[in-house]
Amino acid sequence: MPQDLLRLLTCGSVDDGKSTLIGRLLYDSQLIYSDQLAAIESASKGLAFDPSLLTDGLKAEREQGITIDVAYRYFATAKRAFIIADTPGHEQYTRNMVTGASTCDLAILLVDARHGIRTQTRRHSAIATLLGIKHLVLAVNKMDLVDFSAAVYDDICAEFGEFAAKLTVADVQCVPIAALPGDNLVHRGTRMPWYQGSTLMHLLETVHVTSGRNTIDLRLPVQLVCRPDQDFRGYQGSIRSGTVRVGDDVVVLPSRVRSRVKDLVTFDGPLQDATSPAAVTVVLEDDVDVSRGDVIVHAKNQPRVTQEIEAMVVWMSPAPFVAGSRHHVKHLATTLTARVDRIEYRLNIDDLRRADADRLQLNEIGRCRLVLDRPIACDPYERNRATGAFIVIDRLTSDTVGAGMIIDRLPETARRLEALAQPGDRTSTHVVRHRSAVTDQERQSRVGQRALTMWFTGLSGSGKSSIAAVVERRLFEMGHLCTTLDGDNLRFGLNRDLAFSKDDRRENIRRIAEVARLFNDAGLIVLVPVISPFADDRERAREVIGADRFIEIWVDTPLEVCEARDAKGLYRKARAGEIPEFTGVSSPYEAPSAPAIRVHTDDRSPEACAEIVLAHVGALRVSPPGL
Amino acid sequence: MPDNTHVSSHLRALEAESLFILREVVAERDRPLLLYSIGKDSAVLLHLARKAFHPAPPPFPLLHIDTTWKFREMIEFRDRYVRQELGLELIVHTNTEAHAQGVSPFTHGSKTYTDLMKTEALKQALDAYRCDAAFGGARRDEEKSRAKERIVSVRDRHHRWDPKRQRPEVWNLFNTQLGPGESLRVFPLSNWTELDVWQYIHLEQIPIVSLYLAKRRPVVERDGVLLMVDDDRMPLRPGETPAMKMVRFRTLGCYPLTGAIESSAGTLPAIIAELQQATVSERQGRVIDFDRSGSMEEKKKDGYF
Ligand SMILES: Nc1nc2c(ncn2[C@@H]2O[C@H](COP(=O)(O)OP(=O)(O)O)[C@@H](O)[C@H]2O)c(=O)[nH]1
Repeated sequence: MPQDLLRLLTCGSVDDGKSTLIGRLLYDSQLIYSDQLAAIESASKGLAFDPSLLTDGLKAEREQGITIDVAYRYFATAKRAFIIADTPGHEQYTRNMVTGASTCDLAILLVDARHGIRTQTRRHSAIATLLGIKHLVLAVNKMDLVDFSAAVYDDICAEFGEFAAKLTVADVQCVPIAALPGDNLVHRGTRMPWYQGSTLMHLLETVHVTSGRNTIDLRLPVQLVCRPDQDFRGYQGSIRSGTVRVGDDVVVLPSRVRSRVKDLVTFDGPLQDATSPAAVTVVLEDDVDVSRGDVIVHAKNQPRVTQEIEAMVVWMSPAPFVAGSRHHVKHLATTLTARVDRIEYRLNIDDLRRADADRLQLNEIGRCRLVLDRPIACDPYERNRATGAFIVIDRLTSDTVGAGMIIDRLPETARRLEALAQPGDRTSTHVVRHRSAVTDQERQSRVGQRALTMWFTGLSGSGKSSIAAVVERRLFEMGHLCTTLDGDNLRFGLNRDLAFSKDDRRENIRRIAEVARLFNDAGLIVLVPVISPFADDRERAREVIGADRFIEIWVDTPLEVCEARDAKGLYRKARAGEIPEFTGVSSPYEAPSAPAIRVHTDDRSPEACAEIVLAHVGALRVSPPGL
Repeated sequence: MPDNTHVSSHLRALEAESLFILREVVAERDRPLLLYSIGKDSAVLLHLARKAFHPAPPPFPLLHIDTTWKFREMIEFRDRYVRQELGLELIVHTNTEAHAQGVSPFTHGSKTYTDLMKTEALKQALDAYRCDAAFGGARRDEEKSRAKERIVSVRDRHHRWDPKRQRPEVWNLFNTQLGPGESLRVFPLSNWTELDVWQYIHLEQIPIVSLYLAKRRPVVERDGVLLMVDDDRMPLRPGETPAMKMVRFRTLGCYPLTGAIESSAGTLPAIIAELQQATVSERQGRVIDFDRSGSMEEKKKDGYF
């Protein structure tokens, strides 16, 4: 019996062999029924058996000799049940691929070994990645037509690897196959002994399906209010992510009304807890006003509630998407009206470059800003595929004309930081310290948290800022007030008069420490991702901030790794001598001798590292007065 | 006890998806109904509808298109289980005009008969109820043209399906908005396979018509199909004499158009075991699909469910 369900997408250009591949997978897993085969044999009109006819559905399409839409196929092995979304390779059908990809966990990208990676392959990988698919499998097909050459295969994989590195996809695998005869699909065959990896079927059966799913944040959009009689009032909906338990403190968004879960009612009896994707009926303790479209979340883990969203939009209508236009938008269980505030750019999906644009044409993808007529509770799509997605509906035709994915807003711009900056001043000698009339203790209990500074030190590119960003978001979602003093950002404003000499670095650290201390005094949690290479500078920061509030976190990523990543291209420049005194290259990094936390980033995501940090820091909550 | 430890995660995911679809359409449309054919897929669909709205009953009526040629046992089951036991509202509709003209599968051939007694009757009933969303138990694995159909599928004012003008169905953000005269067909079981349906019936102990289980029944073999002689309206051809055979049905409809298969599977686990080795798809027993390649698609364009 299959144990779980994998939804996968197949994409390729016309004639790369997609239909053949799917037909083969179904056939070889022995699930093709003999009467369907008979129908195919009669359609093949006496030609040799062609598995592709199993999957070319509609007659209208067969007449055109092309698959034009999305079709779904089902098969199961002893390990897993599979749903294949079969989408066409034809140029103008981005919308079909987006449709197919939207519900899938994995994508098979098919290429013809004779042609190698083509524009379409890049386009398909980019769309799959954009739609949040975490696993890409490059299937290099028709190996029989290149004499099963390992060299041909290696070249294609290498070329793809280069492109895939630009995508934010977690897992990329390559398999050489011949779909028509079936090599390396279900059975390995004997003709590619040089290939040691898994067969395609083995990959599909073993890939880790839940890795792309959000199991942390409870998001339960209310679809229906159930009132069978005066005594019962339940909210019916599917848990889109996370888990809900009886007794949980919850908030209803966007109204922010608070309550507690009293019962989880189902046809099969009451539950103590339920996890995504379960469809439940929630009864709350208080008689609060909840209606369709509201989202139930944990009080301590709330999404953003906003009326303005930034999103990547895939446009699916012949009439262009233009700034100023109005549309209906369906997000979770709400349909509202949206105005296109502006189109920021169009993403050229072939090379992932941005192009200036004031409109999106059919099958184009772009970043835009929408203003809604009511607030919605949403997460970035990257974090949550359910709460981060929406569709655009034409107000006149009622057609679905666009698909949108919400993104995190850009960090505040350099311009804004510059406006804050003032020319440096000399230290005055006539200053006397004033005592505050409010104690730290009092302030802490007012804001309900321990004010600390998490000082992230490490090489350039070690991952300090990424980890700090996740920590900040998580703390914020847990209900904390926090802020980040980013070394780079401060150099646009407060520290813009400083360079990178040892003295300037020291002054840089001193100022950051002083600011962190002021923020801590005010009750805020502060995150400081800054290289801070010198031990004595960090020691001074500890003194300024206070040893009990200063948590030194060493983001310990080896120089080779940072240099290999080189996200900002700085190491390359430093090696070329273009940047003097670059830490790790031409200036030393003094490792902390006794950091409070040491994080190895090697194979961990920033999220995983952030979890480690949070676990070490421990509880930050202080009971507010009156509780 | 059914072994549900292995199947549950996959079946529970399918179940949750179906409940979501049922709720979403009920929330967004005014006059939904559930097309109840008395078969196993309808049985699952009805069970899911009871789950979706619990503790309230399903907030829509069931519609049964009675061609007057259904197996007698199906009608008995419908009245006993749906009407009496569950006490649900059930609309039964027959194309009385065509019936009065004596349209039958034996006199008019399967195409005309299906057009009038099923497709036409369905349109009449949906119009009479002013239905704007009809739930059906069709699955995408049943037949090739279904594989491309949306879960929430728009029909024009004449109930016609246009495979070239389907809305993209992205994520599970179903677009249920309609233009004037348009209506929806909604298929909450789209992603279920025949095997899933049987395993779920077993797991949840859903009552089904016993024609699905093998028993000795009177059948004749006609044009390669085993037909059950369910009543004396069936004209026998020269040389045909009903013989008792161990048979069961993989799909149920009008008895003159529904082929039986020889089988000894008298229990659900036996059916499931048989299915796992099956090499014949379930619609083979359905004479309606046979006419010519692509015929289901033609029927759907005309308004067949
Ligand atoms: N030699 C060879 N031909 C193949 C292979 N896979 C597919 N083909 C052929 O390539 C053509 C296009 O295949 P098809 O599956 O229809 O491509 P689709 O357009 O991607 O669905 C057909 O003639 C197939 O028989 C293969 O592995 N080897």
